[in-house]
Amino acid sequence: MSRVEAAHGAGGRAMGRLIDELFRQAFDNPLLNAGDDFAAFEVPAGRMVMSTDAHVITPLTFPGGDIGALSVHGTVNDVAMSGARPLYLSAAFILEEGFSLEALRVIVESMARAAREAGVSIVTGDTKVVPRGKGDGVYITTTGVGVLGEGINISGSRARAGDRILISGPIAEHGVAVLAAREGLALGGELRSDSAALNGLVEVMLAGLDNPDRLHCLRDPTRGGVAAALNEMAAQSGVGMRIDEALVPLRTEVAAACELLGLEPLQVANEGRLIAICEPESADGLLAAMRAHPLGEQAAIIGEVVGDDPGRVALRTRLGAERWLEPPHGEPLPRIC
Amino acid sequence: MSGLKFIDEFRDPALAQGLAAAIAAEVEPGRDYRIMEFCGGHTHAIQRHGVQRLLPENVRYIHGPGCPVCVLPGARIDAAIHLAETHGAILCSYADLLRVPGASRRALGQCRDVRTLYSPEEVLSIARDNPEREVVFIAIGFETTTPPTAVLVKQAQAQGLSNLSILCNHVLTPAAMTAILDDEDSAIDAILGPSHVSAIIGVAPYRPIVERFRTPIVIAGFEPLDVMQATLMAIRQLNAACAEVENQYTRVVDEQGNRRAQALVDEVFELRETFEWRGLGWLPGSALRLREEYAEFDAERRFDIPSFESREPNSCECPAILRGRKQPHECRLFGHGCTPETPLGACMVSSEGACAAAWSYGP
Amino acid sequence: MCLAVPARVIAVEEGGANARVELGGLERSVSLALVEGVKVGDYLLIHVGFAINTIDPEEARRTLALFAEAGMLEP
Repeated sequence: MSRVEAAHGAGGRAMGRLIDELFRQAFDNPLLNAGDDFAAFEVPAGRMVMSTDAHVITPLTFPGGDIGALSVHGTVNDVAMSGARPLYLSAAFILEEGFSLEALRVIVESMARAAREAGVSIVTGDTKVVPRGKGDGVYITTTGVGVLGEGINISGSRARAGDRILISGPIAEHGVAVLAAREGLALGGELRSDSAALNGLVEVMLAGLDNPDRLHCLRDPTRGGVAAALNEMAAQSGVGMRIDEALVPLRTEVAAACELLGLEPLQVANEGRLIAICEPESADGLLAAMRAHPLGEQAAIIGEVVGDDPGRVALRTRLGAERWLEPPHGEPLPRIC
Repeated sequence: MSGLKFIDEFRDPALAQGLAAAIAAEVEPGRDYRIMEFCGGHTHAIQRHGVQRLLPENVRYIHGPGCPVCVLPGARIDAAIHLAETHGAILCSYADLLRVPGASRRALGQCRDVRTLYSPEEVLSIARDNPEREVVFIAIGFETTTPPTAVLVKQAQAQGLSNLSILCNHVLTPAAMTAILDDEDSAIDAILGPSHVSAIIGVAPYRPIVERFRTPIVIAGFEPLDVMQATLMAIRQLNAACAEVENQYTRVVDEQGNRRAQALVDEVFELRETFEWRGLGWLPGSALRLREEYAEFDAERRFDIPSFESREPNSCECPAILRGRKQPHECRLFGHGCTPETPLGACMVSSEGACAAAWSYGP
Repeated sequence: MCLAVPARVIAVEEGGANARVELGGLERSVSLALVEGVKVGDYLLIHVGFAINTIDPEEARRTLALFAEAGMLEP
C-alpha cells in the first residue's frame, strides 16, 4: 500500500511494519532498535533540560527544509538555548489517512539526517492516524532532553543593563521562504529557510568564554521574529533594550521580498538563528567565536540592554530616528496598503 | 546591507539629518504646524522609520483617513460574509482585509473558503478552476488600486466568465480630503498628498481643493526622505502664507497622471451618489460602482444582499480622530476594550490606522 | 495605502502584455495593462501585480540633489 491507512495507527501488524521499515530504518540507533515503547539511558551528572515542540507547518516542504528537519532543529534548538547539550529526541506523528507513504519516507529521512548532523538520536516515538480531513498530512511533535554543564546560567530573565545583544546571522529567511512557497509566489532568487541545528554553535560560544556565567540569555527568534524574542526577554528581565537597525544583518533578496510583501523583517520567523545577550566585556570574544563557526559567519552585535523603559525595545531606524519595536499582532500578513 | 534601487537612496540617514536640520531652522518658534499625512502608506513610512522623532516638537503629523481598510464600514464585511454563507461563494481578498471584523464581529478570514490575493488577476484563474461556484472579489482601495480591478473586469468579460463578480468598495481621495477640510473645527494646516494615488490621478484634481480651502497640499513620495522634504515644503508655504499644490514626488507624479489607467477606470466604473465611510459617515461622490454594461460582474446587482448595519460603540472617537480633531489617547476606548487584537473602531482595525499606529509605535 | 515598489524591467513578454521585473535579485511577472512604451532597463512602480507608472531616473537624481541641498544650511 502506498498511503497511510487507519490500520497504521491501530497498534497491530500494519503499524509494527511501518515502525520497523520506516522509522527504525531511518533513525537506526540501539535505543530505538531495542524495540520497547521506552528508551532507557544513562544520564551524565548535572542538570537536565527538557523541551517540546509541535510542528504544524504548511507547506510540508519548502526551499531549505521540510517539516521533518524543522521538527528536529526546533527541539534541538530549544534545548540548546538553555546552554545544554541535546542528547535524545522523541518523535510523535499524527498522520492523516490517505497521506502518501513516499512523502512520509522523505520527511522521516530528512529527520534522520538532521538528527545525525546535530549529533542527537531519536530514541522513542508514537504514531497515530486521524481520518481524512482531520489533519494536514502530518503533524510532528518532538521532545528533547539534554544535559547542562556546570556554571551555565542562561535564562530570558538574566539580561542586565549594559549587556550586549548579538544575533548569529541574517534575519527573516525562514518566514519569507515559507510564505513564498505557501502562496506559490515564484520570486526566484535564493530564498531559502535558514532551518538549522544550533547546538554546535552554542557549544563553541560557551567554550570561548572564560566564564560561561557571562552569557546571560539565548533565544532563537522563531514565531514573531527578533521583535517578539527581544520583547519577551525584556519583559522577563525587567529591562529595556536598544537595537540599531543598520547593524542587523539582512540579505538583499530577503529585504526585497519584505518590501514586495509589505512585511517587517524584524517580525518574521527564523529557524536557524539565535540571539545572545552577554556581559559587555565578553561581547567581542563571543562575536569572534560565533564568526568562526559556519552558522555564525555573519554574526553581529546589534544593540544593548538598558535600564530605561523596562519591558520595551527601542529601535534606532536606518534613518537615525528612534521608535519602539513591537512584536507582531498575530501572524504577519502581506499587505497591499 | 540591502541594495534596493530607488529605495535605499531615499532612506539615507545623512540626508535625513540634513532635512531635519533644515526643518528645525525654518519653523517659526511658538507656531504649531499640524500636517495631515493623508495616506496610510505615509503613516506606515513615518512610523516605521521614526520620522516624527526627527522633527521639532511644534511640527505634528496627523494621520488621515487614507487607509481603505480603516474606512470600510463593517456592513460591507458582513455583506461579503453573507455571500460566502448564503451562496457558497469563494471570497477573494487582499490579506489586509482578512482579520477586520464586521459589525457582526466576524471577519473574512473565518469564512470557509477565502483566497488571499497578491493580484486581482488571480481571481480569473480561481473562477476558471471553479466553474460551478460563485467567485467574489472584495475590491478595496483608493485610486491606485482601482485600475487593476478595471483590468480584471475587462478580462473577465473578454474571457466570458459567468461566475465572477466584484463587491466594489473603491473610494476617491479628493472627496475624502474635501470632507476632512470642510469642517469648521478642522485643525489641519497642510496636507501631504498620497504618493501612488497621485501617480494615477495626477496633480490637477487637488487644485480645486486648495482653491476652496486655502490649505497647502504637497504631494509626497513614499519614502521617509520624500515625506521630510514635502514637510519642509509645506512649512515654507505656511510661513509664507501660501496655499498651493506642490509636487515633491516628481520622479513618478506629473500634472495629468496616468491617463491610460484613468481611461480604463472611466470605462468600467461610474460615480455612486453617496457611500458610507466608516468614521466619516455618508460622503457624496466619494465612491465608484460598476457601470451598467458590466452589471453582471457587480455582486450588488447579481445577488440580493440584505442591508447590514454598521454600528460603532458609543464613546468611539474615530470620527474626530480621522478628521484630525482628536488624538488616539483622547478616546476613552483606546486601550480600554479597543486594542489591535480587539479593534472596535476604524482607526484600530489596520496597522496604519491612527490608533493602531499610536499603539504600536507610541509616543 | 498603496504599497508600491520600484522594480527594473529585465524582459518584455511577447505581445507586450506583461514584463519580467527585478528588485534586489528577485523577479516577478507584472501586467503592463496600465502603462505603455516600456523597454528593458526601465524602472516601473509595481502595485498588486501591475505596473502603475514609470519612474524617471533623472527626476530621482534631481530629488536626491534637492535633499542634499536642503541640508546645507547657512551658518
